[in-house]
Amino acid sequence: MKKLALFLVAAAIGYFYQESMARPSAKDPQSDEQVIRISAKTFEFEPSEITVKKGIPVTLELISADRHHGFKLSAFQLRADIRPGSVERVRFVPDRTGTFSFLCDVFCGDGHEEMSGTLTVIE
Amino acid sequence: MDQLINRRDLLKLAGMGVAVFVSGTAIRAGGSQQKENDSFYFVQLSDTHWGFNGPAINPDSQGTLKKAVAAVNALDEQPDFVVFTGDLTQTTDNRGVRRDRMAEFRDIVSQLKVKTVRFMAGEHDASLDRGEAYQEFFGDLHYTFDHNGVHFIVLDNVSDPMAAVGEKQLQWLQADLKQQDKDARIVVLTHRPLFDLAPDWDWATQDGAAVIDTLMPHSNVTVLYGHIHQEHHHMTGHIAHHAAKSLMWALPEAHSVPKKGPMPWNAAEPYKGLGFRNVEARVRAGQYDIEEFPVLKG
Repeated sequence: MKKLALFLVAAAIGYFYQESMARPSAKDPQSDEQVIRISAKTFEFEPSEITVKKGIPVTLELISADRHHGFKLSAFQLRADIRPGSVERVRFVPDRTGTFSFLCDVFCGDGHEEMSGTLTVIE
Repeated sequence: MDQLINRRDLLKLAGMGVAVFVSGTAIRAGGSQQKENDSFYFVQLSDTHWGFNGPAINPDSQGTLKKAVAAVNALDEQPDFVVFTGDLTQTTDNRGVRRDRMAEFRDIVSQLKVKTVRFMAGEHDASLDRGEAYQEFFGDLHYTFDHNGVHFIVLDNVSDPMAAVGEKQLQWLQADLKQQDKDARIVVLTHRPLFDLAPDWDWATQDGAAVIDTLMPHSNVTVLYGHIHQEHHHMTGHIAHHAAKSLMWALPEAHSVPKKGPMPWNAAEPYKGLGFRNVEARVRAGQYDIEEFPVLKG
């Protein structure tokens, strides 16, 4: 019984930790980190246009609503697989301003070619 | 390149071991209209996307491939063979519909007078099921064949949905090339560009650099591919890469618009940007003369 209680407490802590890490906030005041959740589904990213500040670390939390997708942001040499049921975190520090495109690089069906978005880095 | 080719273009391309002609003109390299003794020619068609339905993009989606087949059949001299460089069909999640489209495509191209037809897959044909249906209809995803002194290598960079050739196929390529002289005439046929044409537009092969490195010791290599739905010419060292037009829709030049997407149909210029090409191989010289043809002769 004691073990079960410990397990439940640990599971709850894990759940709330993951939820807190995955929240769609634009900026984490504690760490001065920009945290953005992006949902991938056939055949779009939501949001598909994101804006971040130069020099402040960014964490992208990538989730899939349906099938295996990819995330590729060539300008910052970032890529990740996005699979249903898990959160994929990609961290980087945008070191230059501009607008950069990202796309799904795992072929996901009719409409895959249009599955893209833009990251805008501002001062 | 779609319009008139000028002297500057010809000179630029001369360094690529290729001459490019447009609109089915009869002009040949050096003004010669005679096929040389050691030459032959084949036709490349690409990105036919059979099954696509989008009237604003191509209101003749059911007829364009058939017109192209008729145009090839109407050539004055028939090619030795025809190659289709991928995306034969439009992708679908439905396994049955995928096979129906492949069967319909196969029936249509069986109307070609030329009976030697080489196929390869595009991501629309093979990425969702790792080439299972494609292989049922068209055979191996990668293979080689030889024709009149030219060694052709068909590479699969699509059945992996992450657009990689993969280590196993790379080893197969290395083993095949070991059998070839360093100055052998080699033509690589594939779907995606092997070089990083525009990775942020998905115009690349994940491990394409490794393929090019493997090919590099061979002095006479030309790559013909599709995927980008437009004519394009590029050199990586001494290796020339030539992209072909689509037979369903045209795409804009990389990064010329904010977001990649098909060019809308222009009723004033139907089939603009679509077409196929003849490739004349002059084997001794290791030269390839490319002649672009429209779907309909204007």
